[in-house]
Amino acid sequence: MIEIDRITKTYGDSTAVDGVTMTAETGTITVIVGTSGSGKTTLLRMINRLEEPSSGEVRINGESTRATKPHLLRRRIGYAIQGHGLFPHHTVGRNIGAVPQLMGWKKDRIRARVDELLSLFSMEPDAFRDRYPAELSGGQQQRVGVARALASRPDLLLMDEPFGALDPIIRARAQDDLRRIQRRLGSTILLVTHDMEEAIRLGDRVAVMDGGRLVQHATPAEIIAQPATPLVADMVGDVERPLRLLSLIPLSELLEEGTAPGEAMPAEASLRDALAACLWSGRSAVPVTVDGVPSGRVTFEAIRARAELHA
Amino acid sequence: MTAAGRSAGRVARGISPPGALFAVLGLAALLVPFMTIAANRIVAGEGVMVWRLATPAAALPGVACIVAALLVGLRTHGQPLRLAGAILGLAGLLWLLVQGAPALLADAGDYARVSPAIGFWCLLVILMLLMADALAQMTPGPLARTGLLSAVLGALALILWSGALSPLSILQEHAGRSGAFADAALRHLALAFGSLAVAGAIGFPLGILCHRRSGLRASLLPVLSLLQTIPSLAMFGLMIPILGWVGDSVPGAQALGIAGIGFAPAFLALVLYSLLPVVGNTVAGLAATPPAALDAARGMGMTPGQRLLRVELPLGLPVILTGLRIVLVQNIGLAVIAGLIGGGGFGTFVFQGLNQTATDLILLGALPTVALALCAAIVMDILVDLTRPTPKEAA
Repeated sequence: MIEIDRITKTYGDSTAVDGVTMTAETGTITVIVGTSGSGKTTLLRMINRLEEPSSGEVRINGESTRATKPHLLRRRIGYAIQGHGLFPHHTVGRNIGAVPQLMGWKKDRIRARVDELLSLFSMEPDAFRDRYPAELSGGQQQRVGVARALASRPDLLLMDEPFGALDPIIRARAQDDLRRIQRRLGSTILLVTHDMEEAIRLGDRVAVMDGGRLVQHATPAEIIAQPATPLVADMVGDVERPLRLLSLIPLSELLEEGTAPGEAMPAEASLRDALAACLWSGRSAVPVTVDGVPSGRVTFEAIRARAELHA
Repeated sequence: MTAAGRSAGRVARGISPPGALFAVLGLAALLVPFMTIAANRIVAGEGVMVWRLATPAAALPGVACIVAALLVGLRTHGQPLRLAGAILGLAGLLWLLVQGAPALLADAGDYARVSPAIGFWCLLVILMLLMADALAQMTPGPLARTGLLSAVLGALALILWSGALSPLSILQEHAGRSGAFADAALRHLALAFGSLAVAGAIGFPLGILCHRRSGLRASLLPVLSLLQTIPSLAMFGLMIPILGWVGDSVPGAQALGIAGIGFAPAFLALVLYSLLPVVGNTVAGLAATPPAALDAARGMGMTPGQRLLRVELPLGLPVILTGLRIVLVQNIGLAVIAGLIGGGGFGTFVFQGLNQTATDLILLGALPTVALALCAAIVMDILVDLTRPTPKEAA
């Protein structure tokens, strides 16, 4: 569990982060979202002490971050940034093994870990281990950057706009990968972004920053349904709110007995996808499969009723 | 466009522009004196044209080689052939010297001297440029360049050792003082490489400090730049009173060889000149690390020392080595001036030669200096290439 306790950062007269208190549960993704200058990156960098807080403290699993020397603290906390920050003169393998090497792992263990992570990120170890970052595509570089941050099995992973430099299609894939890997490893992640879409897509909880203050910290559904301030509402986007809400709800929630024509959808797909299918093909319901077995349907009417609940 | 114009265009496309320049200049150089013969080592000599060097039969193969080299050099492609042509041309030059020198000396007096003249030097430069042009387009790797440099130096050593060129005046000058020449060579190397080592030992840590503290950088670099602007003669002159005073007033200094003239002041002047390139390039090299990589290095828990050793230094090494290359080439040249204040080195012959108006004695000091600087530049370039942080195909 990560506890951020009344943390403040001032630079001379200006206050970058103003008394933020927030808790992130182990095994969840918390996305910190805000416009530029909202203090979101400073907040993130105070957690691994790349910036020292002016006041307040951060506790990781109950232990204050001030109890450990900064460089030792940082080796326990994964860190991935925009533009990946890979070392251009080291191979992919050496990049991923950088933190384990700092921690004095044995060579065999580092090598095994590198191969394990490359496989986890769908990169063939034999093909990628000995390449240099400049020989990879942007999406591959970004995956290696995240793999490097995960290498020493950190208590916590900090990510600062990790997908900012990727084009939209590759970014969506990278987000899905991150979600999949986080579920598999049970990692605790704090991720900073300016993109509300990304926050809603990835976050178990979303923290919205504005002018150095934390203005709302809630589940994505609450953020969409009950934005705390006009700025949050603005970031969610009034027009898209119903669709964003539906995108968070799986078909399984509205599954009912019956049949429907046309192509079936899996129960994990979102109501937004089902709505789109209904509108596009002129159907009033779509058939649903659970683990590949036909199991009922979701109706257009039920989706509409669900959207009206606003939660 | 007329048919003639089109065909002219086609021909022009087939001719290498530098090759055309080399051919015109090279053919012109064949029409000026190739060697000079003088009654003794002091008086001005009399120019001798290529076709008067020896019997036409003896001179012809050499001239043919040179002309062939210039013609092959006109091509735009087939660089290995152009390179081979240039080497053939250089062999032709050598042939003419070997044939011409004894023939000219045969019916001259005992004190007569023969030397290469303007025509020879022009052709030498042109053929070497042609060779460099062909090589540049072949882009040989570090290993190939090392091999090539060794081959050229080996061939040069073999020619000098064989004695084929010993009738030439410059080698006559050498024969009279071969012991002094070896001493001067060692002294010259000690001045150039020693000052480089000391400048590196001082400048390298200073550069790292400057990188870490912008305050120090802002005050130190202008001082070093100022040192760099002092004219070299003035710098060597300034060292005389300063080190003279040190030698007289600091106990034990004279025992260490510190005095107003000699090795110490020359060495110190070279070190001072070297500091700016070493410090400046160290700072620039360390600053060239991508900011994201540096942030990642901090964020993953590297200490400042680990960041320096694992990230900043390896990435900055090519720039830092480029600084050392500048220093080395600069110091090999500047060390000539040490001869003026008794510091030894090849400069000794240059200044003796100037006093005696013996051109070939000046050349005995100047030519090895030029050759040394050239070799140092090539070797350092190879080292810079080898230390590039990523393989070339990845860049």
